[in-house]
Amino acid sequence: MMSPAVILLLLWMIVPLAMTLYFSFLRYNLLMPGTEAFDGIQNYRYFLTDPAFLEALGNTLMLVGGVLCITVIGGTLLALLLDQPMFGQGIVRLLFIAPFFVMPTVSALVWKNMFMNPTNGLFAFVAKVFGGTPIDWLGHYPLPSIILIVAWQWLPFATLILLTALQSLDSEQIEAAEMDGANAFSRFFHIVVPHLARAATVVILIQTIFLLSIFAEILVTTNGGPGNASTNIPFLVYAQSLLQFDVGVGSAGGIVAVVLANIVAIFLMRMVGKNLDL
Amino acid sequence: MGSITLKKVAKRFGDVEVIPPLDLAIEDGEFVVFVGPSGCGKSTLLRLIAGLEDVSEGVIEIDGTDATEQPPAKRRLAMVFQSYALYPHMSVRKNIAFPLKMAGMEKSAIKAKVDHAAKTLNLSDYIDRRPGQLSGGQRQRVAIGRAIVREPSAFLFDEPLSNLDAALRGNMRIEISELHQTLDTTMVYVTHDQVEAMTMADKIVVLNAGRIEQVGSPMELYREPANVFVASFIGSPSMNIITGAPAAEAGATTIGIRPEHFQLSTDGGQWRGVVGVSEHLGSDTFLRVDVEGVGTLTARAEGEFPARHGDTVGLTPDPERMHRFDAAGLRIVR
Ligand SMILES: Nc1ncnc2c1ncn2[C@@H]1O[C@H](COP(=O)(O)OP(=O)(O)O)[C@@H](O)[C@H]1O
Ligand SMILES: [Mg+2]
Repeated sequence: MMSPAVILLLLWMIVPLAMTLYFSFLRYNLLMPGTEAFDGIQNYRYFLTDPAFLEALGNTLMLVGGVLCITVIGGTLLALLLDQPMFGQGIVRLLFIAPFFVMPTVSALVWKNMFMNPTNGLFAFVAKVFGGTPIDWLGHYPLPSIILIVAWQWLPFATLILLTALQSLDSEQIEAAEMDGANAFSRFFHIVVPHLARAATVVILIQTIFLLSIFAEILVTTNGGPGNASTNIPFLVYAQSLLQFDVGVGSAGGIVAVVLANIVAIFLMRMVGKNLDL
Repeated sequence: MGSITLKKVAKRFGDVEVIPPLDLAIEDGEFVVFVGPSGCGKSTLLRLIAGLEDVSEGVIEIDGTDATEQPPAKRRLAMVFQSYALYPHMSVRKNIAFPLKMAGMEKSAIKAKVDHAAKTLNLSDYIDRRPGQLSGGQRQRVAIGRAIVREPSAFLFDEPLSNLDAALRGNMRIEISELHQTLDTTMVYVTHDQVEAMTMADKIVVLNAGRIEQVGSPMELYREPANVFVASFIGSPSMNIITGAPAAEAGATTIGIRPEHFQLSTDGGQWRGVVGVSEHLGSDTFLRVDVEGVGTLTARAEGEFPARHGDTVGLTPDPERMHRFDAAGLRIVR
């Protein structure tokens, strides 16, 4: 006997997945209604051999990897900074988490129009003050710019998790290392970093799940362009199904994305298994 | 190698003076125990010596040179923490090797030293385990191993046995004493347990609220406590402290009589009282006796003594071994 809740949950998950799977094997273009027919693996062949796919795959990995690097390394450094006793500690910590509460679309638009805009943006203004040429961030460096925007959103999360981990470090361990002759660098790399490994694993795990499906930030800033320079897999799926009206190929892309996400998840679970059960 | 001298050393946290200026000399090779009630500043004093806390005033000399401004690593002291402070992500081998690695010693030399220390401390079977997979006593040994490989000029122990059960505590006490005899290195040992102090120390430093109450060998403190605090702190069960008329009779404000210095009898005796609780251990018998006009006294009789709850017994204090204290609580020298 399955409880109604479980059945509901199953339907909730299985129905969209099953329908996507079904559509992915159909020739199904919104511009040609009535021509739907079973199409074998043609949609998959089309999606996977599209040069845009490999580029999008590369962009997805760069986006996830780049944001993870910035947030974990930057978060560790910021956590060390915030752990120092200072004036107005409570307020600083509270302000610090603010970016996390800003909607992704809003924060991306703020970055696009107020910071990175080559004529009105703050960065352009600073460049002009120092006599430099303003850079068209989103035009010339679309992917790094998006990585920067997303990293800004996730940095507080990483910092807070790492800060709590840092505060749980037994101060006697640091003192013991001090007496054992370890200098500040050795103490950081031999004692603090291993202690933070678990928390960093949790940060990586949670962030990866969200970063694999980044969409809104790309939509409102670069629209995947120029060309496909800032298109990731979710954006490619969107472009196929809703810009080119090809639901069949879009669905095939969706299934590919699910498979990729599962591959990443398996890798992550192994890492978690190694790190979480010390 | 290994003498430590404190000159007018004081420690304040903000406005709170935890340790008023004090002088103390620790000789090379000595086993010195700091003992006192919880919160009296024992750990703080040890951390001042280690260099983990900065002194507010005064000078700390190690081996005759001024070490007041030296960082902990430069003082050549090794510390065993109450929580052991083992590195949880490192194996036992790596834990013990850590100070040597930090000193930049060669790999083969490190291995030889670690193996030797592990053998001395019976850790060879656990050498590749993590601290989390060890029992309390084994962790304790690893912490000691990490201290001895450095060949420091003195060891500092902060309540190292307080996390162990009673039986293990007894064993480790003996092991640490043996270690002191083989290494012949200065050891400074902090504890709140006067039994540990009495059994292990060459010299006991009794602390109370940051002040040194008395310094001396265990037997000196037992025979001639300098004041009421030391008298009641040293010895188990603790000394009977009596004030009022019986004390005035002996020409003092306070008198102290150890439980083992009463002559117990079923009839007669200087004081007569009713037995409240009697503890028969076979080798000894402890009685809690209510004596009217004196108070509740603890008395010890060697071997078996036939007294039960409600019996009346006689207590005769040994006048030679009665401790007399004046109004300030200081010992009256006869
Ligand atoms: N870092 C500190 N800041 C303020 N007060 C402290 C600090 N460390 C210890 N103290 C105070 O100093 C006193 C002695 O502490 P401690 O040396 O740990 O005592 P013990 O080890 O004898 O139990 C305590 O009253 C404690 O509250
Ligand atoms: Mg203490």
